[in-house]
Parts: sequence; structure tokens; C-alpha cells
Amino acid sequence: MESIKDRVAIIGMGCTKFGELWDKSVEDLIVEAAKEAFEDAGIQPRDVQAAWVGTVDSGITAITLSSPLKLQYIPVTRVENMCATGAEALRGAVYAVAAGACDIALAVGVEKLKDTGWSGAPDANVVGCSRIGVSGTEPACSAPSVFAMLANRYFHHFGIDPEQGKRYIAQIAVKNHYNGSLNPKAHYQREITMEQVMNAPIVAWPFGVFDCCGVSDGAAAAIVTRADMARNFREDPIYIKAMALSAGARQAQLKQDYDYVHVEESVISSKRAYAEAGIKNPRKELNIAEVHDCFTFHEMCLYEDLGWCDKGKAWEDIEAGTFRLKGELPVNTDGGLKCFGHPIGASGLRMMYEVYKQLQGKAGLRQVKNPQLGLTHTMGGIIGAAVVSCVIVGNQKG
Amino acid sequence: MVGITSYGVYVPFNRLSRDEIAGTWDTASMGGEKAVANFDEDVITMAVAAARECIKKKELGEVDGLFLATTSSPYKEKLAASIVAAALDLSPSIRTADFTNSLRSGTIAMNSAIDAVKSGAARNIIVVAADCRLGVPQSGLEQIVGDGAAAVMIGDSGIIASIDGSYSLFNPSIDIWREEKDPFIRSWEERFVIVEGYQRYMKDSVSRLMKNCGVSSKDFSRVILYGPDERNQVTLAKILGFNSKQIQNTFFSQIGNLGNAAAMMMLAATFEDLEPGDKILFTNYGDGSDSFILSVTEEIKKVSKTGDIRSQLNFKRNISYGKYIKWRRLFELEEPRRPKPPTPSITCIWREQKKIFTLYGVRCKKCGTIQFPPQRVCVGCQTMDDFENYKLSDKVGKIFTLSVDYLARSLDPPTVFSSVDFEGGGRATFMMTDCDPSQVHIGMDVEMTFRKLYEEGRINNYYWKAKPLQRR
Repeated sequence: MESIKDRVAIIGMGCTKFGELWDKSVEDLIVEAAKEAFEDAGIQPRDVQAAWVGTVDSGITAITLSSPLKLQYIPVTRVENMCATGAEALRGAVYAVAAGACDIALAVGVEKLKDTGWSGAPDANVVGCSRIGVSGTEPACSAPSVFAMLANRYFHHFGIDPEQGKRYIAQIAVKNHYNGSLNPKAHYQREITMEQVMNAPIVAWPFGVFDCCGVSDGAAAAIVTRADMARNFREDPIYIKAMALSAGARQAQLKQDYDYVHVEESVISSKRAYAEAGIKNPRKELNIAEVHDCFTFHEMCLYEDLGWCDKGKAWEDIEAGTFRLKGELPVNTDGGLKCFGHPIGASGLRMMYEVYKQLQGKAGLRQVKNPQLGLTHTMGGIIGAAVVSCVIVGNQKG
Repeated sequence: MVGITSYGVYVPFNRLSRDEIAGTWDTASMGGEKAVANFDEDVITMAVAAARECIKKKELGEVDGLFLATTSSPYKEKLAASIVAAALDLSPSIRTADFTNSLRSGTIAMNSAIDAVKSGAARNIIVVAADCRLGVPQSGLEQIVGDGAAAVMIGDSGIIASIDGSYSLFNPSIDIWREEKDPFIRSWEERFVIVEGYQRYMKDSVSRLMKNCGVSSKDFSRVILYGPDERNQVTLAKILGFNSKQIQNTFFSQIGNLGNAAAMMMLAATFEDLEPGDKILFTNYGDGSDSFILSVTEEIKKVSKTGDIRSQLNFKRNISYGKYIKWRRLFELEEPRRPKPPTPSITCIWREQKKIFTLYGVRCKKCGTIQFPPQRVCVGCQTMDDFENYKLSDKVGKIFTLSVDYLARSLDPPTVFSSVDFEGGGRATFMMTDCDPSQVHIGMDVEMTFRKLYEEGRINNYYWKAKPLQRR
């Protein structure tokens, strides 16, 4: 099996502002994200030889992308992997280039969540279910509920007082809001206090409103090419070092031996990515990471699942500030799902947009000092039935 | 010989105090409380609960009939008894019937079951009565009616009370009724209804039955007189010459008038404290009257005391009138701003009926892993298509983890979701019901209960939920 390492590079990216974009359609979002990416790469839409579009609910088939951009009869594919959809679109483009099927490929992720007339994300019980006919007996819990089940067991398992546990994860909300306040494209750009997080109305204990990510509209895009051609387009291409994906099979839901204090798909996906990238000590070698902080506790859990902290000990690093903007390993420097927002199909590519800008030194007020290697992690689906993507990129080839 | 071989009752968890109702409408309160079906309960689910108690009480032969008696079936056209029988995992070849349209449907069904057993057409028939009726808001009937279910098994062996005689009368008068499109029950003037309906027909059926059987009022250890409420029942008992010690309590002040389940609930309560040899008079009213004379046998000693009425009366919480309005949809309320649940596909429900109605999972014959819902490939060892069926609806479990969800669409938020580890194996995620969300915790013991998840597309979607295990 060949490694993807250093065979493909990102030469252009775009990302819309995320938020409640009442005046923008799916088409508007796609055009805006793609336009920025084309300008960034210095190419024209006609230069693209193949394209992927990721969306969960905002469009069926390739036409979702080909029509707004008026792509001229090139191969286009629509992909979906719940919250890992954007990462999946990128994966399709990267592997096509690596396979030699094309030299320049486009990946776009998009979601328009605010046209429904109700608040919050769609229910999470649709994973692996038909949309045509269902018995309607799957437990129809909300997305926060899925992760609350993980958090509640975690606190119980490690003997953490739930109130104390809530204070640990509240610090993640405060951190991501601080980062978001430095990001003009973020849905939420205001700092918040511990008191605000702790006193917010409860959605699903331990999650209050401020523990939940934004429900947003938005799109992001990437243009990839062969690594050996990348510098023909720009001085600072970003190279793909690893691309891993792991899908669960409902093990955690069905088997009593699953502990409900970690997400196995994340553990496996990240291990594969580190191996492919040749990373031995991820906490030391990674300089920046964007992870799937759909709910604050999940970011805490990921500190462990991604191999940066011992199991049950993430709280020590939260208290130490390890993952803050100026910490040892800055996480979700753009505000994360929490503040940048979470247009489902776009999020995987939005994470890459931040890492790409950081590695190019173009992240403005939130620029991390001289980063070389970054990771994006997105989890689609629910506990026991998740699809987890881990992508590692670097600004140096070889 | 034909008789009653087992019994079971179901009193819902929720109570609405009559002071609360009267306070809302600024009317006089009758005092006490009425039992209220939860938002996820109806006649079908309550009938399942009572029939399960009936089956659990005693070692009995194969059930070969299930009769459901009600005036408030969730369906006008669809055999509710078929859904109850499926949830009870009864054989598909048994007799099923809905006895409807009368408050006397329960005893009419009993008579039919007795005839079927007598004729040899059946040996063990469950007669389950359940009602969930609505009085017009601010009416007296609103305070009177309560929700619940009770069941008896009619059979020819293992009899706990033989049926020694019966008498029936019909009354064509429209005294209490509900027109087809009306959600609420109506009543003619109370004095007329009581004097010329209830009292006259009860008196007739009781006195003629006693005369036919050559017994007098003092021969009965216990007298079960259906009563529209406690006051009128006590008055009738005096008219008939029974003393207060003989009279079985109606439970009116605790749970209200349970409609078809009312008389049968009193019968069950009687069985809980009578001795072999005791004689019972059992009389029901509704468009006429059915009366029975029963004799308690030695078999009564073999009946398990689990699920008794007292423990069910004590297992309760009080709700507000606002909740009652919401649960019974007494008028239009704002829809939650959340996506609607999918209209259940009848095809999918039919295909998954063993899973949905009876909570069957599978056990891998290779590695023994019990898994729910049923899989084609084992989650433990990946062996394909090598399973046996494994029922979970009768198992108890422990909560492994949970969440209290204020966002999920529900008529009674928050919804508790729990991952349940079943005793003996198997893990699955369920909604919880009949619980105090602040008291639910990891490690809590739970049992399964058949409920209605939601209604969409004019289809009631039934499935199982977990609830705190009731210590008995």
C-alpha cells in the first residue's frame, strides 16, 4: 500500500464567512468559496479537470456544484459522510490527483442550515438509515444528546465530579470564543466568560448553549494538484502528509464491552494518519490542530483520543492551557466549530482552510508562530457509528 | 369448569388532582386525583401493560385468545387487539377481537370468553379492558374519568375463581355517549342517568342473578359494584342492602373512573385479599348491566403478589393541568421548532415487526453475542447469518450512560435517552419514560415498557421504552 505523503499539494483555498446568511443561497455560497480558491491558486474554473462536492442536505448529485460554477462537462461527484463530508470531498480530489486521473482537482463543501424555520441542527438518528422509508423507531435524540452520553459516562468512569467536569469543558468554550474573536469570518466573534458558559440554559447536561457549536450557513473550497507541479502555481503550497478515514459499524451501540469514554474511530483514524505521515510523537510534532469540537466535551475527549494526553487526564492540560492559542499545541485557532460555525458539509474543508492559512503564515491576529505541520479531524455520525477523517498537512515537502 | 385463572392491572404513573382542574376552571372540586395516561400512552399500550402483569402472575397454559375492551381505541378501523397480541408475543393463530362502544364492553368480552372456553373453542383467553376517555373541559366528567387498564384470564384449568352464574340486561337509553366525531363523552341530566339508568339496571341484574342462583346479599364476602363515582356506588350498595364491609372500593379518589377498566380493576383488587371459599358478586354497568357470581378457589394461593394495585397506586407523580392539555391535545398548541419525525413506513414496521412489537434481537450461535436490533453479520465475530432470536422486552437492564435532552422533539421535554445493558447480554439505546429526569442515573435498573413514540401521518408509532424498574 502506497502512502499519500507528499504526492499532492493544496494550491488554493477559499472560505465564505460562516453564520446566519439569510441573504445567501447554496449557489451563492459555492460561488463565493470557489471564487476565492480560484483567485488564491491563480487559475480559472476551466483549468479544473475533476471536482467533488460535499453536502449532507443542501443538494443531490454533482449538479449541486457543476451548475453554479458552470463547470464544462468534467467529472463531478457528490459525497456525503455526515459531519466528515467536507473532508471526504477533499479526499476524493486528493486521491484522484495521486492516482494520476487528473492534475488539478477541486473540492467544495457546502451547507445551508438556516432555511428550515427551526433552530438547531437536524436530529442525529439518521446515520445509516434510509431517507425513503423508516419505521421511525431509531432513538431520535438531538446531536448534543449523543455527545452528552459520552460526557456523562466519562465523568462517571474517571470519578470526575460532574460540576467540576462542566468547568473543565467550559474552558474549551472560552478558549474557542477567544480564538473566534480574532477571526473576521467566524459566525461568533465575541469573547465569553466562564460564568456565561456555566450559567447558560442547559440543552443536554453537561452542555449548555455555549457548549454547543454554531448552526451556520457556509462553504469552503480547495484546489489540489500534483506535489511536483505545485510550485508552478505558488511559492507556498501546502503538502498532504496523511489522509486517514475510519468508519464504525455500531459496535459501541451494540456491545457491552464498549466503554463510552472514547471514540474508537478517532483513535484508529489518527493512529493511521500519524503512521502515514511518519509522526512518532504527535503532541510534539504537530504545531496546530483543528478538531471536531461540535460540543465542548468532544474536544476534551479528542485530546486523549488523538494521542496528546493520557486517558482521563485531559483536564490537566486544559488547566495548563496547553491547547490555547499561545499554548504548546494550539487547537481550533479559528474558533472551531464552536465559533467559526458548523455548516455540516463545509466544516472539514473549513478546518483545512485554517491550517492552510496558518502554515502559510497568513492567519492574521491569530497566527501561530512558525507552524510546519497541522492536523484536521472531523467526526461524522454518532457514537459507535462514526466516520472519522484525519488529515495531516505540512508546508515543507519531504 | 370455567373461571378466572389470572389477573393484572395497570395504573399509569401520572395523576392530575381534581383541585388542579377545578382551580383552572374556577369550579367546584370533587377532591382526590385521577390517573392520567402519559403522553406516550394510549389504550393499546396500557392494555399491553395490564396483560403483561396478568401473564406474569401465574404459570398458565398457552394463551389462545386476546379480547380488548375499550371505548377509546386509538383506531376506529384497525384491530387494536392485534397490536396488543403482537406486543405480548402471542401466537399469530389465536383469536383476537376488540369489544367496543360500551362501558360494559369489558364484561361483554368476559361473557364471550366464558362462552368460548365453555364450548371448547379456546382454553385461555385474556380479556383486557382499557380506557383513556375525555370529559369536556370544565365539565364534571372531566374530573371523573381516569385512565388505566385491567385484565383477567378466562380458562378451564388453574382457576382462581370459578364463575357460578351470570345475568345480563341491556338499556337502549342514551345516558352516557360519544358521537363518532366527538372527542368528548357526553351525559344526559345526572339524576335521570343515575336513577333510571345505573340504579335501575344494576338493581335488576343483581336481584335477578341472586334469585336465579338462590343466594342472598349476606352470602358474599365481597361485592364489586361498578360506580360512575364513589358517592353513587355507595348509595346503590345501600339500596341493594349490602354492608360497607362487603363493598369493594372504587379507587375513585385515587385514580378516577377508569371506564371499561374500572370494574375489572376492582375485581383484581378483590383477588388480592380474598381467601379460598369466598363468594364474590361482580356487577358492571354500561348500556345495561352484566352480573356474575364467583367463588374463590385454592389456586388463589399460587398467584404472585407482584404488580399489586397498592404498589401501583403509590408509584406516581402529579402533573399540571397545562401538561394534561398538551398531552391530550385539548386545543391547538405551538409546534416545537424542530424537524418533524418521519411518517412511519408501514412496510418497514411490517418487515421489522418482531423487533418493533416484541423487542426481539438475536444471539450469535458462534460467539454468543446478543445484539439488538437484529443484525445479519455478528458485531462480535463477523459471522454471517448464524443467529437465533432473542427476546429483550422481558429482560431488565442497567443504564450504562444517558443524556437528558431538552432539544429533542417531545410532548414532554426533556427526553431521557439511555444506553441500556441488559442482564444476560445485549446493549441498546432507548428513550425513557415514567421517570423523573433529575433522578435517572448511571447504574439505574430499568425495565421495558411498550409505548407510542409519536403520531405522524395519522399513524401511531409504537415501540419500547425503558423505565425505572418498579421495586415491588
